[in-house]
Amino acid sequence: MEDLLNAFFLMSNFVFVPAIAYGSQLALGAVGVTLVYGILRFSNFAHGDTMAFGTMFVILFTWLFQSYGINLGPLPTALLALPFGIIITIVFLLGSDKLVYKFYRAKKAVPVTYLIASVGIMFVLNGIVRFIIGPNDQRFADGERFIIKAKTMKQFLGTAEGVSIKVSQGLTVVTAIIVVMVLFWFLNKTRTGKSMRAFSDNEDLALLSGINPDKVVAVTWILVAILATIAGTLYGLDKSFKPFTYFMLLLPIFASAIVGGLGNPLGAIAGGFVIAFSEIMITYPYKKFVAYIVPGDWKPEGLVQLLATDYKFAVSFIILVLVLLFRPTGIFAGKSV
Amino acid sequence: MRKLLLATVASAAMATAVSADDVKIGVFLGFTGPIESLVAQMGPGAEAAIAEVSASGAFMNGSTVTAIRADTTCVDAGAATAAAERLITSDKVSGIVGGDCSGVTTATLTNVAMPNGMVMISPSATSPALSTIEDNGLFFRTAPSDARQGVVMSEIIMERGYNSVALTYTNNDYGKGLADAFASAFEAAGGEVTINASHEDGKADYSAEVGALAAAGGEILVVAGYLDQGGKGIIQASLDTGAFDTFVLPDGMVGDSLPEAIGTDLDGSFGQAPGTDSEGAANLVSIAGDSFDATSPFAAESYDAAALILLAMQAAGSKNPADYKGKVFDVANAPGVEILPGELAKGMEILASGGEIDYVGASNVELIGAGESAGNYREITIKDAKISVDRYR
Repeated sequence: MEDLLNAFFLMSNFVFVPAIAYGSQLALGAVGVTLVYGILRFSNFAHGDTMAFGTMFVILFTWLFQSYGINLGPLPTALLALPFGIIITIVFLLGSDKLVYKFYRAKKAVPVTYLIASVGIMFVLNGIVRFIIGPNDQRFADGERFIIKAKTMKQFLGTAEGVSIKVSQGLTVVTAIIVVMVLFWFLNKTRTGKSMRAFSDNEDLALLSGINPDKVVAVTWILVAILATIAGTLYGLDKSFKPFTYFMLLLPIFASAIVGGLGNPLGAIAGGFVIAFSEIMITYPYKKFVAYIVPGDWKPEGLVQLLATDYKFAVSFIILVLVLLFRPTGIFAGKSV
Repeated sequence: MRKLLLATVASAAMATAVSADDVKIGVFLGFTGPIESLVAQMGPGAEAAIAEVSASGAFMNGSTVTAIRADTTCVDAGAATAAAERLITSDKVSGIVGGDCSGVTTATLTNVAMPNGMVMISPSATSPALSTIEDNGLFFRTAPSDARQGVVMSEIIMERGYNSVALTYTNNDYGKGLADAFASAFEAAGGEVTINASHEDGKADYSAEVGALAAAGGEILVVAGYLDQGGKGIIQASLDTGAFDTFVLPDGMVGDSLPEAIGTDLDGSFGQAPGTDSEGAANLVSIAGDSFDATSPFAAESYDAAALILLAMQAAGSKNPADYKGKVFDVANAPGVEILPGELAKGMEILASGGEIDYVGASNVELIGAGESAGNYREITIKDAKISVDRYR
């Protein structure tokens, strides 16, 4: 019995808890990508760097607040700085839309043109972020670090294994749930949300029924800015902020959005968790886990690991390829890519 | 009159040929790149020795010595090779202090120094592969090989009563070399290495790597990485998940920024880094004054590398690498009068009068094997989030 409990704690500590937190971060990112795809009809390659851009300003405001001695006690100060980061990101995205995408919209350009334009914006953002905050690691998490600490839990329960849950992980999941609930309420219940969905379903019909396309586009960018900044900040709090890793996040985020079905927000969330769990479960070595659940002398010699941890990103690639081959519209029916 | 003038010019030319000269020494270190903060102290260290010899007037009939800097970049073998070419063909140096990182040192040694017959003395390349490399007797180092550090680390761990360790290293020449050296030394001493896994620097999250290390088990975790890079991430993730509590920190992990970042959770972790408490090290600190930090890693080794080149030239009475390369061992090792930093002029005079010296220098130089320092390490433990030195070995 105790062995089973240990096995469960072990898996929770190294697989379930990190995968749920990582999945929430991916889901928030993927919802942003999917919104742009559904409503503006292109794959926004600048999304990872938009996350970095928003997070950078959250960090700068966090440092400002810290220098004034303002904090949130056990919670990270970054939460207080979040609205300011979001506002600056909104301004940037609306500005980039006016300067770049609007031109192509007027010309009714094909999606691939937008895609390449977004790659250009990605490089610009890349440069701006590195210019302002530099290419290095920044840590900005403060407040309490742990909700439960593995060591304390082991001592309390007397088990061989314990579970650690970081404040940043708890915060990630709670925030993700709230954000997703608000987003769905907005898309399904409000007038603006409904007009966005109508625009996404059939642009011509939506225009005919008097929906203002400029407003739909502006609201979409505002939502994207909010989602990207929140996702980026949560990722940075949980792990650490480094511009390059945000650029690298683009792959799992797109994989999540495509697996779930591009243009489908519910699918993007499911996709985020599918990717996160696959990445972590496929690269986790089950040696200790197996040792707990089998009789003593069956303990495996090797690590019982499917793929080395270095190949973590390959997992997203493989899932992406498989989905595109066998179910191009994703798990939930989205748009075919 | 014309004949007289010609004769004067001719005799003057002959006089310079046999007496005073200006000898150029290349200071070939990574002034830019991943170890630029260390090189900021190493460069002045080497130049301090050069200036001391130049000012003494006792070097090769009163010759002066000039230091010429060149950048290895630490990581870009192409740029380093070009810089070394420039030192030899255009600046016409007679010896090189450097390179610094193991990868670029190997590249410049094989591609530039050997074809040109140039002596290189590296203060900081520690890869075990450099012990066995083909070098025509041109390459020496005042830094110990990591093969030696592996043995020292293995002894320290054994003495503290641990027999089973997990091992992770940063995926480059330094990390791999040190990890392999340690694993073979530890296993030869009867210990068990449960896993020998690499990690990449610069990632946001190391929980997957730590998951693998934890699954393999082991009483403590040996982290052969960099303190501002993946090494710190591995330690943080291990503490977060409760996978390991105690860590072994080799030279790349010993620095004040690590306990500052992690806090008191790091207490009880231990390790080693090159260093001595010798009289020579203290001498160098007083020579350095405020101009550079002589206790910074490899600053003492840099001073010693420059000093060894110049002493070997003096012993051979020639600035030609082919002549003085054979003298490096003679001046570095016993027998002879012991020479410390600040006593280079005395060493020069003894050599000029045909005596023998044993250069001890700032880092207790004792060349062994293929021309590398035997190595002195300080054993450290983290206490109250500070590095404290237990002893020197």
